[in-house]
Amino acid sequence: MSEASINVTRDYEPTFGDYVALLKPRVMSLVVFTALVGLLVAPVSLHPVEAFAAILFIALGAGASGALNMWYDADIDAVMRRTAKRPVPSGRVEPGEALAIGVGLSGLSVVMLGLATNLVAAGLLAFTIFFYAVVYTMWLKRWTPQNIVIGGAAGAFPPMVGWAAATGSVSLEACLMFALIFMWTPPHFWALALFMKSDYDDAGVPMLTVTHGRKTTRRHILAYTVLLTPVPIWLALTSVGGPVTLVTALILNGFFLKGAYDIWHRDENMAEADDYRTERKFFRLSLYYLFLHFGALIADAILRGLA
Amino acid sequence: MSDLRATHDIHTRRFSRNLGVALALTGLVAIILGLTVVKVKRGDGMERFDHVVRPSIESSGS
Repeated sequence: MSEASINVTRDYEPTFGDYVALLKPRVMSLVVFTALVGLLVAPVSLHPVEAFAAILFIALGAGASGALNMWYDADIDAVMRRTAKRPVPSGRVEPGEALAIGVGLSGLSVVMLGLATNLVAAGLLAFTIFFYAVVYTMWLKRWTPQNIVIGGAAGAFPPMVGWAAATGSVSLEACLMFALIFMWTPPHFWALALFMKSDYDDAGVPMLTVTHGRKTTRRHILAYTVLLTPVPIWLALTSVGGPVTLVTALILNGFFLKGAYDIWHRDENMAEADDYRTERKFFRLSLYYLFLHFGALIADAILRGLA
Repeated sequence: MSDLRATHDIHTRRFSRNLGVALALTGLVAIILGLTVVKVKRGDGMERFDHVVRPSIESSGS
């Protein structure tokens, strides 16, 4: 490197951690977990090296779509308090770098997953990245209040990709794992939108709370929770389910339905009076809901292995 | 031998980033090597059609 080129520097030198932050590590951790469950409960077992590579490249694909999302959404991320400190809106990483990393890692993850496992898994991963980066981020998010509903599919694909990586196909069980996350996403995010009020309003993102009001959002949370309920119970009755999943589904859905009913039953005055306590509680419960259901599937897989 | 100079400031500032990239690339190489060893040991088909006649895979492919 010549003296002339190294003198062309910027005020802030991005660290490796800034580039890692582009990949949304917290979202990646959920992707790793659900994809791992999809892979482990599948009736076909992979060599540990192949399984590790598959999970790594699925996570990398998810990270790539996160980088593309941050590149495209930098303008609205800058307005929202929750996202203003992300690498692109805070100026730590150039938008062009985020785009290059997103595109580069997308290609790398899809090709490597295809080579490590099979073309079905690679194709599903490519579709997931396309769905999140193009269909959700570029199209739905700024256009329709149903953004969360349809866009939730992107987050629901990882267990299906994990399953496909092991089996080379997609089955009812994989579809039900997909449906579990897909139906869980709207109540989870709408609960967040209820108590992160000003964020989505300020950014002009057409969240249901902004376009149809908070009363409608509360009604939608209850409706989607009711529709979600049969999915994990059905999943518990398939070949990947078992007693642990069934008991988990029955208990958690009871709590989840109660939480959704409480949210529906309240009005804004009540919510503001206790700083959205019920909504925050429901949001926290939703995190446990997903984690424990997928954890239960692993527990049943272990029990089957011991039997 | 009077070419020795103090490390430029930018090398110091970019050290952690360069180290991170180096480790990531090393990890990628290790995974590709590991996958290759697993697939070769298992006897997976290593040949694919690439616009030339491949008698060794034509019989199984058709």
